[in-house]
Amino acid sequence: MAPGTRTLRKDEDRAFAIERRDGTLRLGGDLLLPDAAAIWRELHRTTDGLNPGPLTIDLSRANAIDGAVTALIVALRSDLAARGVRAELVGTPEELRPLVQLYEADAEPPKQRRRRKPEGMVEQVGRATAGILEELRAVVTFFGEMVVAVVGLVRHPRTGHWKEVPPLLERTGADALPIVLLINFLMGFVMAYQSARQLKMYGANVYVADLVGISVTRELAPLMTAIIVCGRSGAAFAAEIGSMKVSEEVDALRTLGLRPFAWLVVPRVIALLVVLPALTMIADIIGVIGGLFVAVTSLDVTMRGYFVETTTSVQLWDVEHGLIKSVAFALAIGLIACQQGFAASGGAEGVGRRTTATVVTSLFALVVLDALFTVMFRVLGR
Amino acid sequence: MGAEPHETVGDDAPAKARRAAGDRPPIVRVEDLTIGWGDVVLQERLTFDVNEREIFAILGGSGSGKSTLLRFLTGLEPVTKGIVEVQGRRDIDLDAGFPPFGVMFQAGALFGSATVGENVELPLEEWTDLPPDAITAVAKAKLRLVGLDGAYGKFPSELSGGMKKRAAIARALALEPNLVFLDEPSAGLDPITSAELDDLILALNESLGLTFVIVTHELESVFSIVDRAILLDKASKSLIANGPPHELAESDDPRVRDFFDRRPARRDPSARPGTPNPT
Repeated sequence: MAPGTRTLRKDEDRAFAIERRDGTLRLGGDLLLPDAAAIWRELHRTTDGLNPGPLTIDLSRANAIDGAVTALIVALRSDLAARGVRAELVGTPEELRPLVQLYEADAEPPKQRRRRKPEGMVEQVGRATAGILEELRAVVTFFGEMVVAVVGLVRHPRTGHWKEVPPLLERTGADALPIVLLINFLMGFVMAYQSARQLKMYGANVYVADLVGISVTRELAPLMTAIIVCGRSGAAFAAEIGSMKVSEEVDALRTLGLRPFAWLVVPRVIALLVVLPALTMIADIIGVIGGLFVAVTSLDVTMRGYFVETTTSVQLWDVEHGLIKSVAFALAIGLIACQQGFAASGGAEGVGRRTTATVVTSLFALVVLDALFTVMFRVLGR
Repeated sequence: MGAEPHETVGDDAPAKARRAAGDRPPIVRVEDLTIGWGDVVLQERLTFDVNEREIFAILGGSGSGKSTLLRFLTGLEPVTKGIVEVQGRRDIDLDAGFPPFGVMFQAGALFGSATVGENVELPLEEWTDLPPDAITAVAKAKLRLVGLDGAYGKFPSELSGGMKKRAAIARALALEPNLVFLDEPSAGLDPITSAELDDLILALNESLGLTFVIVTHELESVFSIVDRAILLDKASKSLIANGPPHELAESDDPRVRDFFDRRPARRDPSARPGTPNPT
């Protein structure tokens, strides 16, 4: 019995023969993996349109057969059984019998499970809605547990994992500074550059300072900084906690009498609540400097003129507006990341899925919160 | 079968000491417990006791609910049907302080961001008023106890599988529990390392009088160190045997005997008539 080569053969080199005559399907030659695709096609071609009734699969002319082709025969018998064709295997040469029996190709074909009806659109929408509501419930429950943990920590501060906070501040804040500086400088730069031509047309060059100052402090700096922190720290938090969850470290914490919420969630949320407003303030400054660069180099505005115009147009409330938003963004990123981490299950794949979900959900939450704050401040006349 | 006082094998003194354990009140009591996940029931009406200073094993095939039962015993899953009493305390609340037992998880579950020493020190820092130098001394002593003298400053990623499990046992012993739960201590270990771990469990049982509840399906380990075992059956979702391993191996129940007499059917000419033996 030749084991057969692993390279795929072309149809003209095939070493097998399949024919059906009078209720008998004869398989002969070398029935091996290199020809498996051709054998599968041939088996279907010769059995398509068969009426319900008995069929004999004759293997007496087979020289060799391997596991893959035996599995295909098992699958064919199962397909035929679903169409009412009872296929029986006969004539298996003695030396091939052990393999055929191992794959139970000569046993009764398994009954095919009734195929589940494909879901309709209404069912799909319903399932997706239920999924979203379930996620929402999980986030709200998580927030509730967080509040309970914070109250517990206020009453018993010693039970907190406070020494975790400084390294987290460094990781989420100091380490993120270069990218926050670069992105926000470029945001100010791009804003100024995009508006430069229009402002020049009306001779309103100096108003680039107003445009950049207000848009950066109220909108761009808090949002862009939150997006960076979400991508860096939110994803990292979800991955860390998720890995701990799937490797039973969270359970281990619990069996040592330590509360995972106080231990893992509170320090991370505190770190973000401190870091994000601080980074936003730095982003405000660097964004304005990005605009200044364009104003001086392309709009003939002096450095002094730019700063005077900026301080005239940008009010303290504009900066506060951005900072208030950054606090809400920090809370949202921290809670979503930690909740997703705790929801991880099923090994590395589960951790990866939750990390991705953290970034997507957080970005969505940031935009929704941003819109809500904008409307709210507008209603309040600020 | 109930949780009867049992016979142990051998006539050595420690074994006699363990035999006397049957006279003490149970350290773990389980009555009519149902375990599962969501709507899926894995086992129903489980009733058994674990006696003090006993090495007790929870046996069963894959998917029979052994590790899930351990989660219920350790309070990681809330008991909704039945009774679990550990050291006289019902419904263990893990949020209410340090639990009256130690747990070693299957892969050790050491905190990867901390050194081995810090892992052992953590419960001591949280639950004792010891000064830092005393905590370090205790942690080092615990590591020495499990044969990991030089591992104090290493990170878990630098340890082998067997060393991680030893370190996890050291952490589980940090707060001096008299009951330790071990989830598959031999899983993934070579026979020599596995035997070393068995030695360690025996030594801790004999010298410190610790009670061990071990989830395992490592039969060699069961026969060499376990005083008493229960066997969970996946098909009937019930506890089908309770007693010393050597007695269970000779049980009249074929399901119990099959578990202990785990010979491949292909090597047994009396089993599966007509089954081929491919070469």
